[in-house]
Amino acid sequence: MIPAQDRAYVAAVSLERAGLQVDPEKAYLIDSRLAPLARRECFSSVEALIDALRHGADDRLVWAAVEAMALPETEFFRDHRVFAELVEEVIPVLAERRQGEPVRIWNAACGTGQEIYSLAMLLADARGVGKMELFASDLSERSLEKAQSGRYSQFEVQRGLPARMLVRHFEKDGEWFALSPRVRQMVRWRRLNLMDELDRIGQFDLILCRNVLGQLAPEAAGRVLEQLEAVLAPGGALLLGPNDRAGKAFVRAAPDMALYAAMPTAA
Amino acid sequence: MKTCLVVDDSRVIRKVSRRILEDLGFEVAEASDGVEAMAWCSAVMPDLVLLDWRMPAMDGLEFVKRLRAEPGGDAPKVVFCSVENDLEAIREALDAGADEYIMKPFDGAIIAGKLDYLGLAA
Repeated sequence: MIPAQDRAYVAAVSLERAGLQVDPEKAYLIDSRLAPLARRECFSSVEALIDALRHGADDRLVWAAVEAMALPETEFFRDHRVFAELVEEVIPVLAERRQGEPVRIWNAACGTGQEIYSLAMLLADARGVGKMELFASDLSERSLEKAQSGRYSQFEVQRGLPARMLVRHFEKDGEWFALSPRVRQMVRWRRLNLMDELDRIGQFDLILCRNVLGQLAPEAAGRVLEQLEAVLAPGGALLLGPNDRAGKAFVRAAPDMALYAAMPTAA
Repeated sequence: MKTCLVVDDSRVIRKVSRRILEDLGFEVAEASDGVEAMAWCSAVMPDLVLLDWRMPAMDGLEFVKRLRAEPGGDAPKVVFCSVENDLEAIREALDAGADEYIMKPFDGAIIAGKLDYLGLAA
């Protein structure tokens, strides 16, 4: 088992760099998240990796470890009703408000891309939705590379992706399933740490940040919510996960999904 | 209780599927090929058919076509569950009347996800 001081180190560096809440008691979680990185980097064990991290390993390796700890669980069309509602109800209202200007949508902490691609596929199939600009960001360079490639395993395309969407938007590529260039090209990607200043990324009409806040320490989650509020365009909407807390700056905007609007400021 | 007919010529697969579906709250019956499955459906239509493709006597594709031509045969949700993972084949199965498609190997989470999508979740 990983020694307690090593686990405490992983928890501390994850908190410091990415605001992540890692329970140092969960040795199994730390081991399972870091084991692939230890193998890739040719360490004999997770302990040996952490030892190197603690004794002057280069910054790239420290980040790689933090990214591995942040690894989000993601699948296509998670809570599939939410996606239909976004495309049928929410986005048309946003489009009308934009009056012909593109609706800007940002998936914060996109992981390996299944969520933003789920939305992109629906938008590609929908008629008359108007101009859309889709952005996706993640802390992890590795996740972003995979997301951009649009290549998923047989196991991954069976998690949440309806078979009709699979045959419509994917091609077989050896053992992999490759998303069509048409859908892939709808999304622009960027490495972004939600803990950093976000003032240069522009404003968004719709922000998807589902099941992310719960992984963060309370102060970090509060900071992310403040930042999201700052980049949410007037009249825009924020979609959280069903168990995420939106805090005081937002007000619930739909009865049956975790959709929020900025709290109107007191006149 | 919702009912499911598991159609597969492998007894092992039927057993695995049965366990998963019973955990999801289904009452499960088994058939080892399309002919036996048609006999079940002629007696009483299940809510769900989990259907292998390659089987002796009558294969899955033939079965779903015949089922959909029966009176009341459009009611059951039909989910293919096959090692066939070619997209053309999957398209053919969907065009023949299948509602969903699972590529083997599968696990409980994949089945539960597909059933949730089809509105058959417990």
